[in-house]
Amino acid sequence: MLLLIGMGLWDERDISCKGLELARKSDVVFVEFYTSKLMGSNLERISEFLGREVVEIERSDLEENCSKIIEIAKERDVAILVPGDPMIATTHSSLVLEAKRKGVEVRIVHSASIINAVCGLTGLHNYRFGKSATVSYPYGGTLSKTPVEVIRMNRSIDAHTLLFLDLHPKPMSIGEAIGILEKADESVSELFGVGIARAGSEDPFVRCDRLKVLKNVDFGEPLHVLVVLAKTLHFMEYECLREFASAPKELEELVA
Amino acid sequence: MVRAKKMIDKIKELMWKPEQIRNMGIVAHIDHGKTTLSDNLLAGAGMISEELAGQQLYLDFDEQEKERGITINAANVSMVHEYKGKEYLINLIDTPGHVDFGGDVTRAMRAVDGVIVVVDAVEGVMPQTETVLRQALRENVKPVLFINKVDRLIRELELTPDQMQEKLMNVILEVNKLIKAMKPEKYKEWMLRVEDGSVAFGSALYKWAVSVPAMKETGVGFKEVYKYLKEDNWKELAKKSPLHKVVLDMVIRHLPSPIEAQKERIKTIWKGDINSPEGQAMVRCDPKGPVALMITKIIVDPHAGEVAVGRLFSGTIKPGMELYIVDRKRKNRVQTVGLFMGPKRVEVPEIPAGNIVAVVGLKDAVAGSTCSTLENFEPFEEIKHISEPVVTMAIEAKNPRDLPKLIEALRQLAKEDPTLHVTLNEETGEHLISGMGELHLEVKVEKLRREKGIEVITSPPIVVFRETVTTTSPVVEGKSPNRHNKFYIVVEPLPEGVIKLFKEENIDLKKADKKELRKKLVEAGLSGEEASGIVDYYEGNVLCDVTKGVQYLNETMDLIIQGFREAMSAGPLAREPCMGVKVKLVDCKLHEDAVHRGPAQVIPAVRGAIYAAMLQANPTLLEPYQKVFITVPQDMLGNVTREIQGRRGQILEMRTEGDLVTIIAKAPVKEMFGFAGAIRSATAGKAMWSVEHAGFEPVPQALLENFIMEVRKRKGLKLELPKPEDFLP
Ligand SMILES: Nc1nc2c(ncn2[C@@H]2O[C@H](COP(=O)(O)OP(=O)(O)OP(=O)(O)O)[C@@H](O)[C@H]2O)c(=O)[nH]1
Ligand SMILES: [Mg+2]
Repeated sequence: MLLLIGMGLWDERDISCKGLELARKSDVVFVEFYTSKLMGSNLERISEFLGREVVEIERSDLEENCSKIIEIAKERDVAILVPGDPMIATTHSSLVLEAKRKGVEVRIVHSASIINAVCGLTGLHNYRFGKSATVSYPYGGTLSKTPVEVIRMNRSIDAHTLLFLDLHPKPMSIGEAIGILEKADESVSELFGVGIARAGSEDPFVRCDRLKVLKNVDFGEPLHVLVVLAKTLHFMEYECLREFASAPKELEELVA
Repeated sequence: MVRAKKMIDKIKELMWKPEQIRNMGIVAHIDHGKTTLSDNLLAGAGMISEELAGQQLYLDFDEQEKERGITINAANVSMVHEYKGKEYLINLIDTPGHVDFGGDVTRAMRAVDGVIVVVDAVEGVMPQTETVLRQALRENVKPVLFINKVDRLIRELELTPDQMQEKLMNVILEVNKLIKAMKPEKYKEWMLRVEDGSVAFGSALYKWAVSVPAMKETGVGFKEVYKYLKEDNWKELAKKSPLHKVVLDMVIRHLPSPIEAQKERIKTIWKGDINSPEGQAMVRCDPKGPVALMITKIIVDPHAGEVAVGRLFSGTIKPGMELYIVDRKRKNRVQTVGLFMGPKRVEVPEIPAGNIVAVVGLKDAVAGSTCSTLENFEPFEEIKHISEPVVTMAIEAKNPRDLPKLIEALRQLAKEDPTLHVTLNEETGEHLISGMGELHLEVKVEKLRREKGIEVITSPPIVVFRETVTTTSPVVEGKSPNRHNKFYIVVEPLPEGVIKLFKEENIDLKKADKKELRKKLVEAGLSGEEASGIVDYYEGNVLCDVTKGVQYLNETMDLIIQGFREAMSAGPLAREPCMGVKVKLVDCKLHEDAVHRGPAQVIPAVRGAIYAAMLQANPTLLEPYQKVFITVPQDMLGNVTREIQGRRGQILEMRTEGDLVTIIAKAPVKEMFGFAGAIRSATAGKAMWSVEHAGFEPVPQALLENFIMEVRKRKGLKLELPKPEDFLP
């Protein structure tokens, strides 16, 4: 059997009781840190907490060479620990599909993801989010237009946009992300957004302002995500942002 | 010494008078007498002593050149010659004739404005004559003709005066035919004519020459020549009609000065805006303009270290000046500037436009670099050598401690000679050098031993095959490792005309005029759809995007191109470079988020799909061929044909002339290793022979698998034929 177990947001203790139990009972335990990272923990601490050997695997083990893992899972119980919720990382859907096709049983143990943490930390309403996108580092001078396109589309239906930030080669900061968005479309700097750092930790940091202001705010250690606000805000959202995210008074202009 | 001092002063004065400068090259087929001619011109002009010139081949100063009896390095020299009461500075480059060193000829053509094409009267126009003439004409460099070794017509072939004339006229006719075919637009102007003196005849070795204009002065014509030679009185002939005077007069009269030449040549060799200030400065050969210098050669001087030699098209260079090495994005300070006096480099305080200069201090420049006082100067057109490396050797230091020294030395060699490809693999420690032929590599390895004192071990020479396809593949789907992107690929043979077009016209896809390019590509054999969708040309292969309206494709194209290039630089059969492959992207599906279609996803997906497609398009190996020209006494014909046939060779033609027979054959380079020794012993050293590149041809079907396995074994790859599935996840 192949088990995909969510690790939650911050450290080894964010795993669910069920996830912990199943991981401890599995024959082999892998962990991957490339779709996201567990910033408050590391391999040794996870392994100590589980009381057993945990092996870190890379992107290629789960992608081009995934048949090896599936092969093992035919005979034995293989657990893969994934930061956040396992199926939020799009990548893993192909692994699950492949395993099912090869007749391997798959079980998923869900956990908290940044997607729900964002609502908690900002007070934004879950049903008001549109599509998400990732702000990626430009590669060889090519800048992806996808994030600004998605922001534009979401705003046209009055929805918020959650932007994940690239992790490779190193986690991107909110300031860097805004710089990249501005390069793709300079008009974004006037939009309001909410920056969120270290969701799930003891000292998360949340700040709401125009992107051009957030660009110069020091959000501290990673991981960071960014929400670009919809055209309008529900008055409750506005009040929460004033309270949780030190939003400026002028944000009131968005309240419908 | 006084003389030398006076000569320097003269050169220093003349370098400021571009109307009185001629920059020229001497080019020919191997052994037709270029170096003998250059030597005797220098001696005749009083730049070196008579004893030094001639038989000793003074300009072949390199020890290896002396031992092997051939020129390896193009040599820069200069001399002063008086014509009609005026003095002229002649900068001359003696080039090598052996095909393996053809890169030096190509580069020299950029530095000069004219060439003397030398043709051996007995051998006539040979393939390498054609190649060097093409190299000159492509650079818009004007030719004159010197038919050499005329003494042999009488002494060896014992021709009558009529037969001699006919033979000489034939040579002129043939050279003219080539000019007409290669440069029709200039033919009227550049056609060689005996009457106007753009052709001279003579003997470089015996130091005499004649031409129609010279005859009017000296009274020495064909009749007289015949008479003197019959009497074996060439000394008298050389006194009455001396080589250097006749030939240098021809050069001054018929080859353009830098002023004249640059008016026309700049647009051939520089693609910047001709009306810009720097463009106009070059067109006018203006010493007050910005420095525009093209490096054509790096020489290593035991005292000064690296010396960059090149042609200065505008500006004036002085020590202390800072120059941008435009193509390397570096800035270097000029330490000294020099000119050549005879074969020696002499330092001078400054040098103006129109000269061939030697600069010390440009440490980042390589042969082919553009240097300028302007940071954003448009680089000169790349000097493309027509043939690619076909022979490779693995090289290692005998003493592992010498490894860093070896790596440094290999880098230096590559800097001096762009036709030598060096692949350093610091992980495996296997370093490869690839070059134009067996001799090319032998000479470089020997240079490491002698000049750098590094003892090295080399593998036997290996031929580099090319992988190609012979039919059209089905549509192959390549998935990215994360399965979120799909690429649909078809491969098929690329029409030869397309490769030729890119090679000859040096097309830059980013800059080319779309409409015009499309037209040319369609004429060369691409479909309209392919021609409009062409996105990359890489080493004889093209990538065409024939998809319609795929979202995010433009953001991904650079990665697709990278995947294509990776596949083309090491094909599926044996990781040999590909050639003649047309890759078509017919459709693709891309994840909207760029992180899910990054390099780690797109490159392997595209590469794998191309490999799998190639394996379904009847792939094969191409191998390099050589044409071989061998002249031997009749009775040795059998020995030669045996030697050729034992090497998968094919005899194309045989020509008999007197007691000699010339065999023209074609054979794979792979089988030609060691031919030099074999033919020497088979003919008791009586064979005269030369080789030419003859392109690539498919390996015989019966040997294909053997060859693939041979390469795979050497590279440590699995010893089985690859299958399409191996490359698809
Ligand atoms: N009989 C005769 N032999 C000549 C004449 N000119 C040159 N040779 C001989 O031809 C041979 C080749 O001469 P080189 O001057 O080395 O020829 P090259 O063209 O410089 O040769 P590469 O640089 O190796 O291509 C030498 O043995 C010369 O002595 C000539 O006018 N008459
Ligand atoms: Mg020579």
